[in-house]
Amino acid sequence: MIRLTGIARTFLVGGEEVHALCAVNLAITRGEYLSIMGPSGSGKSTLLNIIGLLDRPNAGTYELDQRDVTALTDDELARVRREKIGFVFQFFHLVPRLTAVQNIELPMVLAGIDPAERRQRLARLLGEYSLEERANHRPDQLSGGQCQRVAIARAMAMGPTVILADEPTGNLDRHTGQEVLSVLERVHHNGGTVVIVTHDPEIGARSHRRLRMLDGAIVSDEKG
Amino acid sequence: MRVVDLLNFAWQVVRGSLARTLLILLAMGIGVAAVVVVTALGEGARLYVANQFGSLGSNLIIVLPGRSDTAGALPGVLVGKTPRDLTLDDALALKRSHAVRRFAPLVIGAGDVRSGARSRETPVLGSTAELMDIRHMEMAQGRFLPEGDPRHSQPVCVIGAKVASELFGSRPALGEWVRVGDRRFRVIGIMATQGESLGSNTDEIVIVPLAAAQALFNTEALFRVLVEAKSREQIPDAKADVEEIIRLRHEGERDVTVITQDAVLATFDRILNALTLTVASIAAISLAVAGILIMNVMLIAVTQRRREIGLLKALGATGQQIRLLFFTEALLLASGGAAAGLAVGELGRSIVSQVYPAIPFQAPWWALVAAPATALITAVLFTVAPARRAAMLDPVQALSRR
Repeated sequence: MIRLTGIARTFLVGGEEVHALCAVNLAITRGEYLSIMGPSGSGKSTLLNIIGLLDRPNAGTYELDQRDVTALTDDELARVRREKIGFVFQFFHLVPRLTAVQNIELPMVLAGIDPAERRQRLARLLGEYSLEERANHRPDQLSGGQCQRVAIARAMAMGPTVILADEPTGNLDRHTGQEVLSVLERVHHNGGTVVIVTHDPEIGARSHRRLRMLDGAIVSDEKG
Repeated sequence: MRVVDLLNFAWQVVRGSLARTLLILLAMGIGVAAVVVVTALGEGARLYVANQFGSLGSNLIIVLPGRSDTAGALPGVLVGKTPRDLTLDDALALKRSHAVRRFAPLVIGAGDVRSGARSRETPVLGSTAELMDIRHMEMAQGRFLPEGDPRHSQPVCVIGAKVASELFGSRPALGEWVRVGDRRFRVIGIMATQGESLGSNTDEIVIVPLAAAQALFNTEALFRVLVEAKSREQIPDAKADVEEIIRLRHEGERDVTVITQDAVLATFDRILNALTLTVASIAAISLAVAGILIMNVMLIAVTQRRREIGLLKALGATGQQIRLLFFTEALLLASGGAAAGLAVGELGRSIVSQVYPAIPFQAPWWALVAAPATALITAVLFTVAPARRAAMLDPVQALSRR
């Protein structure tokens, strides 16, 4: 479903080339629950951004659902992102002036989905993520856990191929973090593909496939 | 993205930062209101002058004694000096022109008007029966001067409404005798209140037959001759005829000045139009300033809302959509400001109208269209750069900062 071949990404920092990723090969199949771990600067966020089509590799090819997306224009990438990628961020990134339900609606609004259809999906998502009671609250009136649930519901709104979570529990206390993690795991149980970038070995241990990255390369890939 | 959603999103932004929105509305509103009020003033002045000329009579040609090279001055201001007077015979000769419908010779002077113990000083006008039609005068009571040979006169007069009330109070004035200078006249008519027209107020004058006025002021010379052409098209012909007839009578010398009402009016029209446009353009500068304010605010918004823009991109917004969001926001602000400006401008206009009811203040239609249009266009133009910057924002960088 996701196939990265020879992906490299270099940044120019102060006139010096930094190799964030060197020749990464990775295949992710549908329904996998995968964690990416590694120290800061090992390239895990860069890898996630490339999978999420937010960033382009300098070399290599990326196939998403049997389609080469390496050469697409920015606008084409935006459309693929809208349909197939769901992001969950460490700092939630909810729009502060919009209510929970409006935040969840946002990707569907951008996609121009029919309002009747939107209402239907919103009702289902609010139920699924137990947000009915907080639907009309703004992010500053929600707890961290609720914010992250809103973010996950938003990521799921378009029925994406893959959910990419960058340190989804990094900004939450342990208990809430566990709760959010179980929500992500439920997505996986319902057949979704989940990729989590994390520092936390405990979270890594819960996933079914664990990648370790070091200096821009995948150094271990364990399953089970 | 649907238009409704676009508007809704922009509306949320605009509502979300109320102080910012109000400030932009204020700036835009002041600009639009300024254009509306200023053009209303200019147009009001123009219409006022046009009305004044209209009330003076239509298809009017004014013949003044003396030659003046100054064109386009007020007919009441021009006083030419000449060795040869304009006489009644000159005026009567104008009948020969086919383009002239009628004419009225005028003699004017100041006289002491008395009735019993009351007296007052008023302008005394000597003329003929035609004056009434040429000047579009109306009678409140009685009738105007009788027709007849202008060389001979009956001892009758027509008085203005104010003169009547001052001399006779509430007593009927019709049929009474008044004394003007050393002569007595019977009041045969009282003029209807007409209001001021270009400085001469018919409420405060006494009109006597031409010959009587000539005797009263001991002069043969006419103050001027008012000539009415048969139609608007015949004004140039009438003017040429008048000049030629009098030149022949004055031994080939062009020693009168002939002014057409149209030429004077057109000059005023041009001047006032130019003035209105100039002042309106100055007011429009404030709109450009408001546009710069919008640009400033939008640039700040791009910086402040980096994360949001990055997020929208991550959620699948195209560059086009981001730009559209910013344009919609700017248009929303500008149209709100324009609407507020039109309302405030209209309010200002009605207040000025209350203060000066005589002048028909009315913003011309082009200003009512141009002011909001300028507001919208400047808003869009000044949003191009911020919107572009937002659309080009790198989502990874935008999202990585807290």
